[in-house]
Amino acid sequence: MNETPAEKKFREIISSIHSSIAGGDVPEIQMASRNKDNIVLDYLSSVWKYGDSTVTRSARSLDGAKYILKLLYMVEFIESMIQTNKSSTLREMYYISEGWNLAKFGAQDESNMMAEDLEVLSSLLREDFKLRPEENGASIMGNITVEEKTRKGEFKKINCKDDVGDSGYPIPYNVEEEKLRIKDVDADFILAIETGGMFDRLVENGFDEESRSLLVHLKGQPARSTRRLLKRLNTERNLPVYVFTDGDPWSFRIFGSIAYGAIKTAHISEYLAVPTAEFIGITASDILNYDLPTDKLSDRDVAALNSELKDPRFNSEFWVQEIETMLRIGKKAEQQALAKYGLDYVTKTYLPEKLSEIDGFRG
Amino acid sequence: MSSRKIDSPSEFRETSISEFFEKNRHILGFDSLQKSLFMVIKEAVDNSLDACEEYQILPDIYVEISRSGDDILTAVIEDNGPGISRKEVPNVFGRLLYGSRFGTLRQSRGQQGIGITASILYGQITTALPSKIRTKMRQDDVAYDFQLGINVKENRADIISEKPVIWEKESGTRIEIPLKGKYQTGKQSVFEYLKESAIVNPNAQFTFIDPEGKKVRIERVVEKASVPARSIKPHPMGLELGELFRMARAVPNRTLGEFLLQDLSRVTPRTLDDMTSAFGIDFSIPVENLEIQYMKGVMDAFSSVKILPPPTDCLSPLGSDFIRRGLKNIYGELQPLYFGKPVQRPVSVHNGNPFSVEVGIVYGGNLPAEEQVRIVRFANKVPLLYQPGACAITRAISEMDWRTYGFDQRGGKGVPFGPAIILVHVFGIRLPFTSESKEAIAGIDIIVDEIMAALKTAARGVRGFINKREKRSKIYEKFTLVEKIIPEIGSKSASLLGLPQPDISMVLSRIANVIFVTESFQRNEDHYDVKAEVVNFTRKTATFKLYAEPPGVSSPSETLSFDVSGLEPSRRISFEFRVNGTFNQYPGTEYYFTGIDPVWVQGAELLPPDYFEEELKIEAETDE
Repeated sequence: MNETPAEKKFREIISSIHSSIAGGDVPEIQMASRNKDNIVLDYLSSVWKYGDSTVTRSARSLDGAKYILKLLYMVEFIESMIQTNKSSTLREMYYISEGWNLAKFGAQDESNMMAEDLEVLSSLLREDFKLRPEENGASIMGNITVEEKTRKGEFKKINCKDDVGDSGYPIPYNVEEEKLRIKDVDADFILAIETGGMFDRLVENGFDEESRSLLVHLKGQPARSTRRLLKRLNTERNLPVYVFTDGDPWSFRIFGSIAYGAIKTAHISEYLAVPTAEFIGITASDILNYDLPTDKLSDRDVAALNSELKDPRFNSEFWVQEIETMLRIGKKAEQQALAKYGLDYVTKTYLPEKLSEIDGFRG
Repeated sequence: MSSRKIDSPSEFRETSISEFFEKNRHILGFDSLQKSLFMVIKEAVDNSLDACEEYQILPDIYVEISRSGDDILTAVIEDNGPGISRKEVPNVFGRLLYGSRFGTLRQSRGQQGIGITASILYGQITTALPSKIRTKMRQDDVAYDFQLGINVKENRADIISEKPVIWEKESGTRIEIPLKGKYQTGKQSVFEYLKESAIVNPNAQFTFIDPEGKKVRIERVVEKASVPARSIKPHPMGLELGELFRMARAVPNRTLGEFLLQDLSRVTPRTLDDMTSAFGIDFSIPVENLEIQYMKGVMDAFSSVKILPPPTDCLSPLGSDFIRRGLKNIYGELQPLYFGKPVQRPVSVHNGNPFSVEVGIVYGGNLPAEEQVRIVRFANKVPLLYQPGACAITRAISEMDWRTYGFDQRGGKGVPFGPAIILVHVFGIRLPFTSESKEAIAGIDIIVDEIMAALKTAARGVRGFINKREKRSKIYEKFTLVEKIIPEIGSKSASLLGLPQPDISMVLSRIANVIFVTESFQRNEDHYDVKAEVVNFTRKTATFKLYAEPPGVSSPSETLSFDVSGLEPSRRISFEFRVNGTFNQYPGTEYYFTGIDPVWVQGAELLPPDYFEEELKIEAETDE
C-alpha cells in the first residue's frame, strides 16, 4: 500500500521519539512557538507567520510526557482513519479520546490545539489527517455561481442569489477545488459582515444587488473555510474584501485574522489571510463621528485593547490610533447601533460613505 | 445624670423599661418579623443552656414553630433544665431586668434578665395573647402551668391562670409564646442558629420542628456537662462612675473602704493605703454620706495606683474537644480533610474585664473552594448570625493577609476564599457589643488583635497541611510519570513503528534518579491493608532502613520499621501492614528512613534524630 504524506511524516515524528528512548535520552518534541510573541510579517506574502522561536515539550515533566503520549494516540487514531478511509470531526476525536486513559484530553480546546500542532509539525493540513470542524453556519449571498460536490459525488450548480433563501448559501467546511468550484461571479467586491442581524439587514435592503457585492456572514470569529473562501475569491477573482464588524476589541481581532492571519493558524496564513482586506468599521472614530449609541468598555475589553497594542499585527498608524481612541473614550458600539438613524441608514448613508473613503471602490 | 438623688431607683427604672421596650423594641433586636421570631427562640434557648450548664445537666432542647395565622406563629421552647420555682415564675418571666446578678459578674449567654421577658412582651404586643409556661423542679411531684402576660405600667407579670399538672419530665421548663413573625430558612434563620448552637454545645441534643411539621434532630456527641464559669466581683477598671456609686449605696451601714474591699476584686488594704497617701482619700466615710463627686475622685485615684488585673481563671472556654467534636458533628458530612487543632489565646483584659479567644478551622474535602470561607462567630457560646460586617471577628479576618497561609484573598484584604470553615469564639465578662441586641462584638483593638493572633496560629496549621499535600502530590506526579507514562510512550511508539520495545531504564533514571517510596491501600470494613513500595530508579544498589508511621498512631513505639537491603537498580520491594480504623479519606502514612543520603529518596523523610524522644514529649503535652 502506498504511504500517504501524513503517514510518512508521522513515521518520522514517532521514530525520533522511539530512538531517543532507545538511546537513553529523554524524548522531546520541538516546534514553532505558537503565541503572539512569535509571529512575524512575511514580506513575500504580506501575511503574518510563525517566527524562529520554538517550544520544547520534554518527557522530563509530567505535562510534557502526557503531551507526547497524547500525540502518539492521536497519530494512531489518524492512521487508523487513513487505513479504513474514514474521517471524523474534531469533536468526535475529542470524545474518542475518552478511551485513551492517561492520554485523554481535558477539553476539546486541547485536542483542537494538538491537531493544529500536528499541522505545524508535519507541514500538512488537517484535511490530510481526515479531521474536519463542525459546520459553523457562515453563509454567502450575492451573484456568484458555485458547484459543490455532494455526498453522492456529483457537482451541483448553485447561484448564491437565485437558488437560495434569505439566509444565503451555507459555506461548506471544505472549500478547496476538489469540493467547491467557483464558476461565474458578477460582483465588484466582498463585504464580510460579523453579525447575523446586520447580514439580514443588508440582505433585506438588497445591498448586494444595489452595490454589486457579495455579502459574507462571518458568524463571529470566522472559521478556516470562511477565510479560505474569502482568500480564493480575492486571489482567483480579484475581488477586494471589506470587513464590517462591531466596534469593539474582539471585532478588531476578527479583522486581524482575516487580513493578517490568526495567531493560532499562522502556519497556514498563506492559505487563509487576505492582506489587502480593508476594515470598514465600526471604528472608534465612527462612534464619535456618527454619534452612535454605546456601551462602556468592560475590564476585559480594556485588557484586550491593551494586548492588541502589543500585538505586532496591529502595529500600524491606523490601528494604534483607533485603539487608543477607543481606550480614551472608554466606549464600544455594535453594528446595529446605526439603526439609531433608521433601518436604511446603513445601506443608504453609512456604507456608501465609508466605502467611498476607501481606494478602489467603484460606486 | 449628675447628683440627682434617686430614692427608689429600681422601681423607677423598671416601669420605664417595660414601656420603653414597647416603644423601642428594635433596640433589643425585635426589628423585623423574621428577626423577632429569631430573637424569641434565641433568648429562650440561651437561657436553657445557661441553666443546664449551671446545674451540670446535659441539655435536651426542643424547639417547635407552628403557624396559627398568616403571620401569627407559636414558638415552643422546652428544656430539661432545673426548672423554676413556682413563686419565682412571675418574676423570671414577668419583669424586665429581674435576675441580673447584681454585684457579681460572670460569663454567661443570656442578656441578664432582659431577653425572655422581652420575648413575652413582644408576643403580647403583637398578638394580644398571653404566653404559657410549664415548669417543674426535680424535688416537686407536679409541674405548674401558667398563663401569663405582662403589666407594662407596673413592670410585673399578670398571672391569668395557674394550675398544677402531672408532667413525666424529671425537671424542665416549657415556654409557649404566640407572636407575629415570619419563618425563613437560610443564613440568619432559627435553624441555622440551632445548628451553630449545636457546634459549641456538642453535649446538647436539639430537636427542631418547623412550621411544615418537618422534624430535625441534632444528636449529642459529647457526654460531658459543661463547666459553668465562676463569678467574680467587678474590677475597678471595669466600672462606670454611676455603677460604682449605685453599688456603694446598695448596701448600707458600711464605710467606703469596707465597700471597696468587699465588693470589688483586686482591691486590697494596701491599695487603699496607696490611694490615701497619694490623693488623701478618706475611706472611713459611711456609704450613706457619699457624694457622687467624691466617688469620682476615688475612681480617678484607682487609675493612678497599681492594681492587679482581674482574675483570669473565671472564664469558661469551649475547649479543644468541644470545638473539634462540635465541628465534626455539624460539618462532618462535608468531609473536610483537615481538622485543625483548636487554638486558645491566653486571657487578656479589656477595660478591667477579662476575655479570651478560641479558633477552630476545618479545611478541604467537599467544602466549596471557589467561595469565601465560611465564618461562624460566637460570643460567650452564643452564635452571632446578624451584623457580620460590624463585628470584631469579621474585622480581624478581613484585616489579616491570608495569602501567606494558602488562601486566595484579593489584595490581601477582605474575607478570604478557600475551602474552609473558621470558627471564632470570643468569651469574657462584659464583652463589648455594638448594640444591646448583642449581634456583633465591638471592634476594640485589643480584641481584634487577640482574634488575629489566634487566627494566625490556626492558619499556620492549614498552611502546613497544604504544604504536605502539595509535596505528596508532586511526588505522586513524578511517580506516575516514571511508572506509567514513560513506559507507555515506549511501548506505543514501538508498536506504531512495528519495532521491539525499547529499554526504558536509562531514560527513567535520567528523569528520576531516586528511590521512590509510595503506598497503596485497600479499604476494608474497619481497617486498611496498606502496601508500601520502594522502587530504585537510580543506577546504584541501595541499602537503608525504612520507618512507617501509620495514620492515627499516637506513640512512636507503634512506628514500624523495615530493612531495604541490596535493592538493585530498576528493582522494587514492597512491605505490607495493616492500619486499624477508617477515615473519611485515607490520610496516608508518614515514611522516614535512615542509612542513606536524603538526595536519593523521594516519598520519605530523613528520620529526625530525636524522633522517638520528641514524640513522647508531645504526647505528654496533650495529656495535660
